[in-house]
Amino acid sequence: MKTERTFLGVPVVKPRVGFFDLSSCEGCQLQILNNEATLLSFLSLVEIVNFREGMKEKSDEYDIAFVEGSVTRADEEERLKRIRENAGTLVALGSCACFGGVNQLKNRFHDLEWVKKEVYGDFPIETREARPISAFVPVDLEIYGCPIKKEEVEKIVTKLVLGHEISHPNFPVCMECKANENVCLYDLGEPCLGPVTRAGCDSWCTSNRMGCWGCRGPAPAANLEQLEEIIKQKNIPQERLLDRLECFGGFGEAARKMRHRLEKNS
Amino acid sequence: MIFKIFQASEVETLFELLSVNRIVGPVEKGRHVNGSTLYDFDVVYDFKDLKLDYGQTIHSAKNYFLPYRENLCTFTFENNDWQKHVDFGAYQAHVFFGLHPCDINALNKLDKVLMGDLYPNPFYGAKRSNMFIVGHSCLPTPSCFCHSMGADSVLGGFDLFLTRMEDEYMAEVRSARAYHILERLETREATHEDHLLFRKTASEKRSLFTCEVDTSDLTKILDMEFESEVWKEWGDRCLSCGTCANVCPTCYCYGVEQEVNMDFSHARKVKQLYSCNLVDFAEVAGGHNFRPESSTRLKYRYYHKHRGFVEAYEESLCVGCGRCGEACLADITVPEVIASVRGSEK
Repeated sequence: MKTERTFLGVPVVKPRVGFFDLSSCEGCQLQILNNEATLLSFLSLVEIVNFREGMKEKSDEYDIAFVEGSVTRADEEERLKRIRENAGTLVALGSCACFGGVNQLKNRFHDLEWVKKEVYGDFPIETREARPISAFVPVDLEIYGCPIKKEEVEKIVTKLVLGHEISHPNFPVCMECKANENVCLYDLGEPCLGPVTRAGCDSWCTSNRMGCWGCRGPAPAANLEQLEEIIKQKNIPQERLLDRLECFGGFGEAARKMRHRLEKNS
Repeated sequence: MIFKIFQASEVETLFELLSVNRIVGPVEKGRHVNGSTLYDFDVVYDFKDLKLDYGQTIHSAKNYFLPYRENLCTFTFENNDWQKHVDFGAYQAHVFFGLHPCDINALNKLDKVLMGDLYPNPFYGAKRSNMFIVGHSCLPTPSCFCHSMGADSVLGGFDLFLTRMEDEYMAEVRSARAYHILERLETREATHEDHLLFRKTASEKRSLFTCEVDTSDLTKILDMEFESEVWKEWGDRCLSCGTCANVCPTCYCYGVEQEVNMDFSHARKVKQLYSCNLVDFAEVAGGHNFRPESSTRLKYRYYHKHRGFVEAYEESLCVGCGRCGEACLADITVPEVIASVRGSEK
């Protein structure tokens, strides 16, 4: 039974939502369940009808689908397409769904058969290049992060339910890091992707003195050429920058070009 | 102005007397990879943590009077009706212990904008009028150019200003509150020798600057060099990260966001300090961006600081604290940018 809710006297529909997982650690979905303090409020906002991590019931009737994970198998591609057909709004939840995530690290090896052999030995398993879900179906909204920042998801879902405009911060992590009055990690000799990575995480890692790994992908005006220059000047090996740019897949083409360049020069 | 002299060791007594209120001052925050100490402003509970011989802090103290994030108002929704609540966020008095002249000058500039007749900002005003400022003399760091901006000494905007002179302090007393606090310290009147020593100390400080900005005719030169190629070069280096504005003691631009809570029972308007270097700073309704290139955004930051503000207030909005240049990973510094613009006039 849907509870009738209103906002400023206007009735608000409680959307039916499903959470789905492709190739991923399911950590983003756990983040949503982890938020005990606000979980009941979250449940008053949406009606969850499909959520393997949280319930047995499974319904294919939902308005919004949150999909975590990247596509690494043919059956996942098919499943994703079915979810897309069922859902009015498809949301890519977390870096795997948005960019391929940590899974896509394997894509950089030229020989994927070798990768499979290294990881699974002779165990028969189907696995192919890890791709973001937008490579197969139209995606209406992306929620970045590895894992997602639950406070941000709650804000976004509230806007989704109220029909408010959703916009991501267009500035890099440095803005939030400075607002948290952290010491710049470069001053402490650590590399950091904060200057080029989209904010919204409230400088989660850098506030804990861990350099940014770029899980939220590039900020719209990311100046990667300059960051490379800075890394050189600070005598930090280029490879350390590249490790981070490649880690979550958000920097896609730029990271691939840089690897190509480094391999050519070595 | 009243001048008093007291022994340097008495400054701890002054700290203790003032510590009935929350004291904010320079403290150590870590060690730079090059071995130098990193300082920042923070709440100080123990006099031993107060580092009055600091060079420059990473951030300015503005978070205490112009917070990076601040609720402008909250709304409560009930029975199809709503209530608005405004809270200026001035919960307690702050004692700023050890502000350098640049930062006090920065406050005086902010006062002109945020407490002037046109659009006074009660959020700022409430906090600003609830503070006690103890200024402290300093020696220039390699990136300080306050003398070029006329901000190396300060005439007002503080309660007490302490100039270290050998084993003693010369205290400039600027408020009745400061006068009464000093009555509880062991002080003496300043003599002619002290006056001479003060001038000697000041001239020694002036001789130590290694960095400067030629501000002569700068507003006109900026007008002439609006199309200069150097803006493009600096723009190519700019990371558009907003760090310069965040560490700046006088940057006050902001954006506002509205949030509704998940229960639909409350909403709030949140102000966040923004930077003109951020890609969407000049994006307007409908999506048009007046400054899509980083070079244009960087240029306008300089035009606001060194041209627009000068035309409006007959002084620059830059105090020469050097923080933006220190914090900029791309090494974009005010002295170098201005010098390159001036150089291109030939």
